[in-house]
Amino acid sequence: MESIVEFDGIGKRFFNVTVLRDVSFPVIRGHILGLVGENGAGKSTLMNILGGVIAADSGVVRVDGKDLILKNPQQAAERGISFIHQELNLFPNLTIAENLFIPHFPKHKIAGLGLINRRDMREQAKKCLLSVGLDLSPDIVVADLNPGERQLVEIAKALNADARVVIFDEPTSSLSRPEVERLFLLMNRLRSQGMSMIYISHILGDVLKLCDDICVLRDGQVVAYGPKDEFSSERMISLMTGRSFENLYPRRDTVPSDEPALEVRSLSQPGVVENLDFTLHRGEVVGLFGLMGSGRTELVRMIFGLDTFEQGEIALGGSVDRQPVPRESIRRGLAFLTEDRRVEGLCMDASVEENIALVALSSFASSGVIHKARLRRAVTDEASAVSINIATVRKQPVKTLSGGNQQKVVLAKWLLSDPAVLILDEPTRGIDVGAKYEVYRLINQCAGDGKAILFVSSEIEELIGVCDRILVIRAGEMCDSVRRAEFNAERILRSAFGAQSVQ
Amino acid sequence: MGGGGIQSMQGTGEVRVKAFIHDSSRAESSGRPTIFPGAGRFRNVAKKLLYSEYLLLYLTLAYLLVATQLVPGLLSSTNLRNVLSNLFPLLVAAIGQSFVLITAGIDLSVTSVFACSSVVGGWIMTSNFGPRAGSGWSLAAGLLAMFVVAIVIALINGLSITQFEMPPFIVTLSTMTFFSGVALWLVQSRNIYHLPRLLVTIGKGSVVFVPYALLLTAALVSTAHWVLTRTVLGRWLFAAGYNAKAAVISGVPIGRTIIFAYVASAVCAALATVLLMGRLETASPIIGQRLLLDLIAAPVIGGVSLFGGRGKIQWVILGALFVTLMDNSLNLLGFSSFVIMMAKGGLILFAALLDVFRNASTVST
Repeated sequence: MESIVEFDGIGKRFFNVTVLRDVSFPVIRGHILGLVGENGAGKSTLMNILGGVIAADSGVVRVDGKDLILKNPQQAAERGISFIHQELNLFPNLTIAENLFIPHFPKHKIAGLGLINRRDMREQAKKCLLSVGLDLSPDIVVADLNPGERQLVEIAKALNADARVVIFDEPTSSLSRPEVERLFLLMNRLRSQGMSMIYISHILGDVLKLCDDICVLRDGQVVAYGPKDEFSSERMISLMTGRSFENLYPRRDTVPSDEPALEVRSLSQPGVVENLDFTLHRGEVVGLFGLMGSGRTELVRMIFGLDTFEQGEIALGGSVDRQPVPRESIRRGLAFLTEDRRVEGLCMDASVEENIALVALSSFASSGVIHKARLRRAVTDEASAVSINIATVRKQPVKTLSGGNQQKVVLAKWLLSDPAVLILDEPTRGIDVGAKYEVYRLINQCAGDGKAILFVSSEIEELIGVCDRILVIRAGEMCDSVRRAEFNAERILRSAFGAQSVQ
Repeated sequence: MGGGGIQSMQGTGEVRVKAFIHDSSRAESSGRPTIFPGAGRFRNVAKKLLYSEYLLLYLTLAYLLVATQLVPGLLSSTNLRNVLSNLFPLLVAAIGQSFVLITAGIDLSVTSVFACSSVVGGWIMTSNFGPRAGSGWSLAAGLLAMFVVAIVIALINGLSITQFEMPPFIVTLSTMTFFSGVALWLVQSRNIYHLPRLLVTIGKGSVVFVPYALLLTAALVSTAHWVLTRTVLGRWLFAAGYNAKAAVISGVPIGRTIIFAYVASAVCAALATVLLMGRLETASPIIGQRLLLDLIAAPVIGGVSLFGGRGKIQWVILGALFVTLMDNSLNLLGFSSFVIMMAKGGLILFAALLDVFRNASTVST
């Protein structure tokens, strides 16, 4: 069998974190390759390298036996590689036809000007749409299409650009089941026409049904590759998770109390979360695990008051709230470390000191006037508590710090307000191992101080390493709650994937 | 021409002394030798200087040094008094503008605050309200009305921006147009004269050689500096400008903070109007209209970032001084108002470019 794409020894590091290590495997011409792995295993990074979004540090990608050297995604498109992203890359304000032909519109010359030949474009677009089984007018604006139709338009666009390898990154996450079946029919047809495809998905049942070959990535390395007959859902799950535990996590000696710190009662928001109930106790570290799009981030944003919800209530700090707002939540003792520290966590241009002081400002002021010396002392103490060397970076803008130190600044900022409950959304994302350890140590310390922690993560290992209890959320519903004694990565992953994946 | 009078209110200023005519190309090229000290070995020094906070101070000193050579009368007491009386209203309004710029906004509506508060205040101060007419009461009522008008305009700005999430530029452009129209309509384009003596004293008078306007401006400057550096509100203003999303999540009441910035801008504008009216002895619907460019230029030249989050009052003072000095000296050199406008345009572009460089310089690291 002849390969169309060949990864040969691909390596990639981001800020001293190895994301891909010596990745080598082929994509066979006319096959669908299933690429599976946990969040953060390196699937997206690998595909971004193939799609020309980022460059590899080492190794080569060969297409048709020739080295592929890409400076940008346009060049990948020119070599016949088409990337269908998780978030679709269509312009919702333009028509289907316009989307299909950007950036190479059919042109004709009128009075010496190259103008878009609308009639040509419409006719070609119509043909293109029929080839993916869409019988729609090319003049419809993309915003008016449903997710399934958009997906097909995206594929039509790839075909229109003469793609020979199409990458699907979680294409079914926003589709209904009939739309998924329709997509699979189309993919099967494209395969019979000789198209090669790479299919990334968490839904292992789909992978087994659809793909010819399967590649499993773990921690940036290929742990298994072969025809699909060699795989089962169970085998894939254990391949994806089987990792030795070692001394990655600091020990904790304190135990949670029975005193509730935060209670979430029948929280519902149509289409996002449904009837969620859970309690955090003082001194308890509770993990919240779910796949991307499961509603885990939405849930914690609702608790903090950043997103609204239709029903339910949040009991915190001795009062019950049906419609929390951030400022009030903070006053009642809540802290919220957001998923994206650059966009929501920090004022990147402000100094370390200004950032750490921001949340707790009012408690270091009387009638609005800041007690400078007292504030400075408190900031200094808190910074050293999270092991930031404040003397050297006090006046420095946080954007000059490493990811790990930035995250410590966010933690210091919240700890300075002495919260009763901390919500940490992916606190270790994109930071190095040392900083991760520091974050775990701080979580333990907070729990020891009687704070309750809700730890959201897409890495099962760290939840198992740090938490007293893990809640699993799937499609907006709480589908499992596992106590420390029963921790088992396979069981948790199985719950998160749902019955669908393990047939 | 010391006091300026009606002419400078209409802003041409051409009538001032034209005695010192020099070769224009020489003045242009020698005006800013410190910025581009040639290529090669001076490069590092130049770069350091460009990014330095003190650049404006050096520029002002250098400019003064050159200008005093070219314009012998520049430091005469008559001219200095003229410079200062132009400086105060500009600086007062520029400080208000700085609050808005720090939150990453912009307030174009200040000229409509000038216009509306001027005609409403002037009308009340000069109206015949029975036995109280002409007394201190009518002055007090007039002043109060001026600030009320300013706050009303500011609240419209602030609420549109925070509640409906409209872009500050378009909101304040609209209120500027609307309320400038209102002011013209209220008085049917006529000026109001015979303002109370006390008001004129505030605008022109001094106590033991210290102008009242200086006292008022100094009080405002120190209050503004104190608010920005010492209060929770000040930190909130900066946080709103740095990253509004992160600020909200950190519990900053961002709506109130931004509304405060626009109220501060309008209240400062009303105070500037008081100074202008006192100096010109006139209330007018076009009072201070030509100041808009200068009062945005002064903070920007003073290093207040157009991207929000950065700015210090002490440099705004220097920025306002630089703009006023440049205006005045070019005028004394006999340049027409057109040339002065071009020079100012260039200066603001340069300041904005510097802002972009300074912003980018730390991003890459």
